[in-house]
Amino acid sequence: MRRNIFGWWAARVGLLIGPAGCAGNQSMFSPAGVDALATLNLFWVMLAGAVVIWFALNGLFLYVTRIHVGKMSRRLAEAVIIGGGILFPLVVLSALLIYSLPMMGEQRAPDDGLRVRVTAERWWWRVEYWPDGATAPIIAANELRLPVDQRTEIELTAGEVIHSFWIPALGGKTDMFPGRITRMTLAPSETGTFRGQCAEFCGLSHALMAIPAVIMEPAAFDGWLREQALPATSSGAGRAVFLREGCGACHAVRGTPAAGRVGPDLTHLGGRTALAAGILPMTADALRAWITNPEAIKPGAEMPAYDHLDESDLAALAAYLMGLK
Amino acid sequence: MTDRDQGTYPPTEKMLAQPVPDDVAKGQEERLRKVWAQPPGWRYWSAVNNTEVGVWYCLTATFFMLLAGILALLMRVQLAVPENDFLDADRYNQFFTMHGSAMMFLFAVPIFEAISILILPSLLGARDMPFPRLSAYGFWCFVIGGIFVMGSILFDAAPNAGWFMYPPLSTEHGGIGTDIWLLGLSFIEVASIAAAVELIVGVLKCRPPGMRVNIMPLYAWYVLVVGGMIVFAFPPLIAGDFLLEMQRSFDWPFFDPERGGDPMLWQHLFWIFGHPEVYIIFLPSIAVTAMIIPTAARRPIVGYSWIVLSAVGTGFLSFGLWVHHMFATGLPSISLGFFSAASEAVVLPTGIQIFAFVATLMVGRVRMIHPMLWIAGALAIFVAGGLTGVMVAIVPFDWQVHDTYFIVAHLHYTVFGGMLFPVIGGIYYFYPVIAKKQLSERLGRWAFWLAFTGFNVTFLPMHLTGMRGMPRRVFTYPGDLGWNWLNMISTIGAFVMATGLLIFVYDLLRPKGKQPDPPRNPWDAGTLEWTHNVPAESWGIRSIPYVNTRYPLWQQPKMQQRIDAGRYYLPDAQEGKRETLVTSVIDAHPLHVQRVTGPAWITIWAAVFTGGAFIFPTFHWYPPAIVSAVLAVACVIYWNWTSTAEIPEAETKDAGLGLRLPLYVSGPDAVGWWAVWITMLADATAFSSLVFSVFFYWTASTQFPPQGAGFANPVLMAIGTGLVVASWALTAWARRDAGRGAMAALAVAMLAACAGGGVLILALWLPDMDPTAHVYPAMMWALVVWVIVHLIAGVVLQGYCLAGLAFGKITRRYDAPLWNSLLFWHFLCLTVLVTGAMVAIAPRLMT
Repeated sequence: MRRNIFGWWAARVGLLIGPAGCAGNQSMFSPAGVDALATLNLFWVMLAGAVVIWFALNGLFLYVTRIHVGKMSRRLAEAVIIGGGILFPLVVLSALLIYSLPMMGEQRAPDDGLRVRVTAERWWWRVEYWPDGATAPIIAANELRLPVDQRTEIELTAGEVIHSFWIPALGGKTDMFPGRITRMTLAPSETGTFRGQCAEFCGLSHALMAIPAVIMEPAAFDGWLREQALPATSSGAGRAVFLREGCGACHAVRGTPAAGRVGPDLTHLGGRTALAAGILPMTADALRAWITNPEAIKPGAEMPAYDHLDESDLAALAAYLMGLK
Repeated sequence: MTDRDQGTYPPTEKMLAQPVPDDVAKGQEERLRKVWAQPPGWRYWSAVNNTEVGVWYCLTATFFMLLAGILALLMRVQLAVPENDFLDADRYNQFFTMHGSAMMFLFAVPIFEAISILILPSLLGARDMPFPRLSAYGFWCFVIGGIFVMGSILFDAAPNAGWFMYPPLSTEHGGIGTDIWLLGLSFIEVASIAAAVELIVGVLKCRPPGMRVNIMPLYAWYVLVVGGMIVFAFPPLIAGDFLLEMQRSFDWPFFDPERGGDPMLWQHLFWIFGHPEVYIIFLPSIAVTAMIIPTAARRPIVGYSWIVLSAVGTGFLSFGLWVHHMFATGLPSISLGFFSAASEAVVLPTGIQIFAFVATLMVGRVRMIHPMLWIAGALAIFVAGGLTGVMVAIVPFDWQVHDTYFIVAHLHYTVFGGMLFPVIGGIYYFYPVIAKKQLSERLGRWAFWLAFTGFNVTFLPMHLTGMRGMPRRVFTYPGDLGWNWLNMISTIGAFVMATGLLIFVYDLLRPKGKQPDPPRNPWDAGTLEWTHNVPAESWGIRSIPYVNTRYPLWQQPKMQQRIDAGRYYLPDAQEGKRETLVTSVIDAHPLHVQRVTGPAWITIWAAVFTGGAFIFPTFHWYPPAIVSAVLAVACVIYWNWTSTAEIPEAETKDAGLGLRLPLYVSGPDAVGWWAVWITMLADATAFSSLVFSVFFYWTASTQFPPQGAGFANPVLMAIGTGLVVASWALTAWARRDAGRGAMAALAVAMLAACAGGGVLILALWLPDMDPTAHVYPAMMWALVVWVIVHLIAGVVLQGYCLAGLAFGKITRRYDAPLWNSLLFWHFLCLTVLVTGAMVAIAPRLMT
């Protein structure tokens, strides 16, 4: 099942059409990774068992309280305790553990060369790509791109508080701690864009911390990564506004004097699928709304409001940023 | 003369068959009624007996449940549609934090203790709980702490970092919300432990003569197990609260990774508490079910021993599962596998308990009395929650659904099926005992079907919502992820469910003055609580029976009539004192007559000042906090001095049926000594949590202690420890002597303890160990602070004994306070020795 390459923003338009739209692309029911698929299969097995057991147990209760209220033999009753309370769960649970425990190792298998470090900030994501043999990372933010059919290691850490990294269509989640590195690996099996979201409560805007994961063919991914390593090419009037307003104190745009590390790296902002950690579309309008009043969109966001910019400055700034492909 | 009983025991059938003359019985009844009467008018609120305090306790917990439920409804309104702005992010975060915290700490645990305080004495044929003023004190602490914590919502100052309070989110948060949580709930936890201690002692020592442990009602077994779990589960959280509050107030960096701290430590301490907590709220409702099922089946429970073993097994297992709340924290697969298997193992004891109930229904002739409807609903819900529990205990599946709405669904299925529904069923069942009226079956059916349907409409879709990717604790969500209609359904269901629960609460509270008295034993049950008096009498039970069967009302047919006639033990209150019978732990052999405390305002004052000691630090008002703490201690001393371990007017008294029993015992025979033992177990558990923390830092970090860090002065540590040990030895000697020499010994012991504490502080002070610099000195200070606080308590106890000896309240014969104080000192001595080793020796070996 190939996903719409325009990601979940396209789904905004085609709202809930058909079963695919219904499942959404943050759903465990549309797996696009080896691990997510294995876990979904595990779920179907467990669900089938659970439904049978639920009906059996409640059926038995109904039977002895409503249908057959006469006395039954004590031996039978004791057999029910031993059989239902000990033997049956022992067998079923052992089987389930034997089936499921090895999956942990499979889902934590080593990577095939690429390593990505994701650092959770409040409330956005630093993303650093470390291809095999790299000595310095290629820096991006708020979007994860992975090559299909390869296992990639995701190295996780956090800035101030605990977060959790989770892209349901690809696999399970792992928590991100300040001052500690945790690891997981993901093996996407389909190209497309899949939405992930912070899963550990991290304060005011926990609900507004998403991350699109774009899965690409390996060749396309390599090309994209090479471009990411390059400095920015955009210019125009907006560039001057950007530098004049001091945006560079927090944001880096490689190839310009802006080298801040507090906020997301914006070198290739315009090429990303979404803005403000997956909560706004990457459009000039959304950029303007964000710049004028981030607090209104993401409560507690640290970026100050640039509501003093006049119309032409804003338009130029948005155009400049959109041009950072 | 501390010998056991004098006289015939057990009573012969001939003795029991002897009638009690009418006029004698009349006189006895009058005296009992007078002694146990509730105080009139506004003095009613000074009452301490279990029938009053238990009812207040239940109603207060229910009130907090309703408030927390309203928060849930408001959250459901916010989530009904995507991108809603009914609640802003901060308010939503306050609401979900308070919903969880209140349901756990202000409802689920307290309601168990409340119901148990209310009905346990009647299940055991006791007049009251062993320490009525302690229950009253616990209740008032609960009220004050609960109002403080819940009230913060009205000032927009409520805690908002989640009921799990994970640092660093909770440590760096501005505002006082987190402090309110830490201090307010610690205060309530202390009250919970107090109630647990009382309940455990009640089960162990206040059973009726002849009721051996293997025939006591299953409810009592569960009280014992759950009480024990509270004693061991709450202290790690209290230790964690202590560390977290020290970081927030004084910047001791326990959870700050930049200074060697580790946020994972909190998660371990929190869940070592948090998982047993789940069973602490689940087992009591199994206990209620275990009382209702035999009544419905009209025969004794099948598999009594299986159930008891399973309950105990669940209690033990529950302490080995905590990591399943931390599957996503990146722990090694081998530990995850172990905890996954352990989590699945708990299915066995749970399954045995459920199948034992089914087995009882199979062999009985079932009558579907109304409480059974709630039990059936509970089973349907709980089994579903249990099955999803089996799923989430599987690590790869949990990696997906952890912290999603699937978990929200799962946990509500377990708490509604495993707690709320059985508790409501239990209230229908026990209501005649409590209120001497009956609840309406018609309203009950409405309440049940609305709550049951509403519950499933709310929470069944949430499994799907979670698997479609919706995380927990989000105040809003985008509209294009396929969650909209699911959330709308859940919101509608929540209101249906709330309607059902409101009908129940209405039925509970509506005036029932015109309703005729119900029959004494409306369900034809077989256990002792149904010997209650209708209309109500304040004495609890007319005379304390000799019980040698599990279902005495079914198996000892003349019992009811003999109880009423005053044929059994303690049928009278000749001396005008409130009394109950204390028996031996295993065989329930009668040991002595316990004089229990009566109405008092002092318990309320003690609770108010204890509250001040916890609440003022929230605002960093330390001087009033210290004054409050001193006043609280003064109140407790006054209350103990004036009403406990009073020297009786005679050595023994006639307890009825020709049995003479002592009126004063000390040491292991006394209930007070048992209470101190159990309290100190809890205290030692908290201390162990601190020691565990030291080892946790050591194993988790190479920087504990950091390179070049200083050490505590070993000579001073040795001297300080030695002085405290000397103080302990002198206290031990004083207990043996209990005379003039003892007074001198205690005086010296107090000085030694004070000096020892001072030297211990110097041992860290002189080498300039700065607790804000790194977690290592902070941890060392935390251990020493812990010892100092206990030394203060220890010195107060020594002073109490000294004064007791000086004023003749304690003598060689009447020496209970000495025994109890020495028991405290045994634990203190151990604590200081371990602290000495941990502070002076361990860090040198750890580098």
